[in-house]
Amino acid sequence: MTPLLASFDPPYWLSTVIKVLVVGAVVPTTALILGVVFLFKIMSWMQSRLGPQEAGPRGLLQLLADGVKFIQKEDIAPNGADLWVFKAAPLVVLSSTLLLYVALPASAHLVVEDLDVGVFYVLAISSLSVIGVLMAGWASANKYSLMGALRAAGQLIAYELPMVLAVIGVVIQAGTMSLNGIVFAQNGGAVFGWTGIGNPYILTQFIGFFIFIAAVQAELTQPPFDMPVAESEIVSGYQVEYTGFRFLIFFLAEFATAFVFAGIAAVMFLGGWAVPWLEASSDWYYVLGPAVLFAKVMLVSFIIFWVRFTYPRLREDQLQSFAWKFLIPLALVNIVATAVLKVVF
Amino acid sequence: MTAVSDPSQLSDLIAEATDTRVNLDFESEGMTLNMGPQHPATHGTLRIVAKLDGEQVISAEPICGYMHRGYEKIVEVRTYPQVNALINRIDWLGSFANEVPFILAAEKLMGVEAPPRAQWIRTILFEMSRVANISLFLGDFGLQLGGMTAGFYAFRDREHVLNMIESATGGRFHPNFDRIGGLKDDLPKGWIADSHVAMDKLLAFCDEMEDLLVGNEIFQSRTRGIGVIPADIALNYGLSGANLRASGIDWDLRRDGCPPGLVYDQADWKVWTHPDGDCFARTWVRLQETREAAKIVKQLLDTIPAGPVMAKVPRIIKVPEGEAYVATENPLGEMGYYIASKGDLVPFRVKIRSASFNNISILPWVARGAYVPDLISILGSLYFILGDIDR
Repeated sequence: MTPLLASFDPPYWLSTVIKVLVVGAVVPTTALILGVVFLFKIMSWMQSRLGPQEAGPRGLLQLLADGVKFIQKEDIAPNGADLWVFKAAPLVVLSSTLLLYVALPASAHLVVEDLDVGVFYVLAISSLSVIGVLMAGWASANKYSLMGALRAAGQLIAYELPMVLAVIGVVIQAGTMSLNGIVFAQNGGAVFGWTGIGNPYILTQFIGFFIFIAAVQAELTQPPFDMPVAESEIVSGYQVEYTGFRFLIFFLAEFATAFVFAGIAAVMFLGGWAVPWLEASSDWYYVLGPAVLFAKVMLVSFIIFWVRFTYPRLREDQLQSFAWKFLIPLALVNIVATAVLKVVF
Repeated sequence: MTAVSDPSQLSDLIAEATDTRVNLDFESEGMTLNMGPQHPATHGTLRIVAKLDGEQVISAEPICGYMHRGYEKIVEVRTYPQVNALINRIDWLGSFANEVPFILAAEKLMGVEAPPRAQWIRTILFEMSRVANISLFLGDFGLQLGGMTAGFYAFRDREHVLNMIESATGGRFHPNFDRIGGLKDDLPKGWIADSHVAMDKLLAFCDEMEDLLVGNEIFQSRTRGIGVIPADIALNYGLSGANLRASGIDWDLRRDGCPPGLVYDQADWKVWTHPDGDCFARTWVRLQETREAAKIVKQLLDTIPAGPVMAKVPRIIKVPEGEAYVATENPLGEMGYYIASKGDLVPFRVKIRSASFNNISILPWVARGAYVPDLISILGSLYFILGDIDR
């Protein structure tokens, strides 16, 4: 514990309240940032159009205006809907997102809970959202919703596996499952004895990075894996009956999850909150860590959203065969290679 | 059936019977999915009643008529110039092409012929509307398969053509420019040079689309081998246009039966066909057609003859008694007007043969056994305009 935080030792209830407030504030903020920067600005730039211009300076407040609009809308539930399940579903999805933020470290001490099994926790929690999606699809009493939910369930389960397998390579190399431990291992690592830039695992685990990003893309149900919400086929799938505030929660959860997955990718493959030329134990990271992490998250998000705006979508069975016949064997090969090299060197 | 006296035995039997029925229900009961009339993939108000088994389509039936505007009846109380304004709205993405066969049919009945300059400009505008129409198809098909960006690029680059159409005719979407005996006006100053530039931009757009969409591996896996229409089936269902040529049948009304009044023989161009007959073939043929159309425009722009754009026709147009049918190769396929005249100010009866109605009629045949996402590929690649189906 550094001297700065050593003097600050709040009681349990206070620290819990602070943690809840931090997560509660960070989730909508990150969703807002990703929404404005990528969905509005970068997307319109890539598609050679202007994007929102009127609300706020250069249209930057458009998403806030949209949010206000969503909150004002009537909360409609379809006639045949299973009311409780229908209303709870977005909250289940959002809670999975909130829980993901708990483990994301913004510096050695700026983390809500520094878990020893952080990687394991993140991967386990991320599959919670599928329950919410299934609830939404089933309770909406809509055929499109049901198809979307079933597609989502199949897809999320299929892509959990390559994601886990992709991460195992990193865990083997770092020798720890703690997210902070992985950052320290990268910061203090060496590439063939050269310690110039530490050892960001994207250099050795580039296959893992590729698989992880592909799986994240599928987990987020973004193109080319967006069949659960394919608007031209099943009209936004499980979201089709949701209006107003509940739709907003789905939207928030989607973008906040994109942010946190980009953050986990940054932590595991790009060196997380640390920069190569500064020791990871330095006190500078209290201020520098969040900024560095944010920059890396934006970089990973750019890749995620770039793919999203460019590619058409696969078909459901093609997606499954891509996962089972290509990504998983590749990930297994990667694990074997990593393990062998770890023993050899 | 024997009598059952023991109540426990009875309950067993009931349970067994219920089990059987439930199992039967699971076996046989599919899901009926009603796509449309308000569905993003139907370009408007087409309704498709699809019977599904899981995600597989057992049968799909298109139900049209939600946009029926009764043109064939309305034109019976409209004079010929008024009809011209009305039929612009049939295939609203290639409006000028709708006017031409009607005007040509009326000219045929009246025995007038437009001066050469008018014929040239007619052909140029015809091909421009083809470029505008099909370039939007390329983007829209990408959009339906989930590639958002292609759609926006198509809207962006189609604007170059629409600008040229607008500056010549005054109407961006609905020109109403063709007249019996010629055209409403001559071309504005500088239009030819500007059109060259616009066509170059569209050719670049085609290259971009080939890179971004048609060459994309995901796009190909979504379209290759999907919705295959063999040549004989295509002929039996009366397909026309690119849908027919994608099945390997080399038939194009611009070359094989171009009505007098259009000057396709003055340009050097090629009819593209593809042997596969699948969704990819249809897209690919349309892509090549857009290029060919741009080339036709560029060639004709250089050879426009001088002269008037209007022949001598009476101020009040009365079409003499008789019947005439003229069909042209419109962006969507063969479009023809059968005009029956009794020598009046208004046509006695007009039968409109529009391409999309026939093209969509093959949907039940081709959709059988496809998956729901494939249904979208098939619908998109058959390419119909609702106004062209329902009229």
